[in-house]
Amino acid sequence: MAGLNLNYFIYLLQGAGWTVILSALAFVFGGAAGFLVMLARISRIAAVNRIAMFYVQVIQGIPLLIIIFIIYFGLGILGISMPPLVAAGLALTVYCSAFLGEIWRGSVDAVPRTQTEAAESLALTRWQTLRDVIIPQAAKIATPPTVGFLVQVLKSTSLVSVIGFIELTRAAQVINNTVFQPFTIFGVAGLLYFALCYPLSLWSRVLERRLNVGRR
Amino acid sequence: MPRWADGATELRYQLEFSSLLPHWPEFLAGAWTTIQFTFLATVLGLIIGILGAIARDSRVGWLRFVTGAYVELVRNTPFLIQIFFLFFGLASMGLRMPIFVAAVLAMVINVGAYTTEIVRAGIESVHPSQIEAAESLGLSTFQIYRDIIIGPALERVYPSLTSQFTLMMLMSSVTSQVSAEELTGAANNIQSITFRSMETYLVVGLLYLTLTLLLQVGFWALGQALFPRRRRLGTPL
Repeated sequence: MAGLNLNYFIYLLQGAGWTVILSALAFVFGGAAGFLVMLARISRIAAVNRIAMFYVQVIQGIPLLIIIFIIYFGLGILGISMPPLVAAGLALTVYCSAFLGEIWRGSVDAVPRTQTEAAESLALTRWQTLRDVIIPQAAKIATPPTVGFLVQVLKSTSLVSVIGFIELTRAAQVINNTVFQPFTIFGVAGLLYFALCYPLSLWSRVLERRLNVGRR
Repeated sequence: MPRWADGATELRYQLEFSSLLPHWPEFLAGAWTTIQFTFLATVLGLIIGILGAIARDSRVGWLRFVTGAYVELVRNTPFLIQIFFLFFGLASMGLRMPIFVAAVLAMVINVGAYTTEIVRAGIESVHPSQIEAAESLGLSTFQIYRDIIIGPALERVYPSLTSQFTLMMLMSSVTSQVSAEELTGAANNIQSITFRSMETYLVVGLLYLTLTLLLQVGFWALGQALFPRRRRLGTPL
């Protein structure tokens, strides 16, 4: 492991810390926005529905890298000078909102129609139906894919290294530029990502198995 | 100046796309490279995926372990790290390959792992009685896979496969970070010449969106041609 001394390793760990922070931000804000996307996608107002569908199509049809560039330069044009963390967080929020919105819409759709009909025959309002009947059941279905998507979020934070935000990937690049030991440096960085992602992958799989047992 | 613009003097930026016009051949060349990357990675990735899925269910212990490790390692690390590891790593060992080859190789390794998992789910969905029937007819393992399992397995997971390949097309943009001259790489060059970064990336975003739609339509048509049962019944299997 020549080339990777303790200082470098600590630097990588700090980068990994930022990766986690950024992922958490993206997941929280992206989740909030994604919830709105989901609401819009199941809305009975056709226009709202179509706008949300268009939004999801556009975001899912453009590489995250390009979204990052557009938001980064877009903020610059608006004359707003922001720390890279904000541009990075914003880009990831937009990205997450589209994917989480679709995942959650799928889960809401997976709740049997009879549940909605029963709630309606009890004279619950649409909002009550959603809050007390549909969402609790949909949340159960949505948990495994949502945890699985967290892995996606963690990995996609590596792309904000292109706008100079020093997270794990950028930290690895910086170190590699001085010592040029790519196999070691990127190998260790990869293992750190793996250490973050793999438990989540396993957890998602366990949740899914448990869900399928419950519904058998 | 309208009243709302008072004090917002920074907002004078005007989007101007005309300076990008002379660069349209570069945009097109980039898009063409992206299409080539996607085509090669789809075909090779599918082959790896099928072989990987078979290996993951094999009776040979170490083969199962190796494919399992491959799938988990690739799926739990970012593509960018994989590219850096491969590209700079091999270069540091004195092994230099054309960037086109390196980019396609990285994409194939990456998408192969996802395809392995998807195809495996398809294989598991083939009913055991089908395989038992084939065995009682005296078909060899190779024949069983080729004639009995793979077809229906692929048919069942076709939607997941195509969305994975679409994601891979989008992901190919990341290869620009090791200076592959695909669509994003072309955009990086053009914006550094014209200083019109916002416009460049908006145009490129639109081009990717077009590619995504074309790909989705193409996969849909291919599915209709490959799986007539789906077309006739309207449902898979």
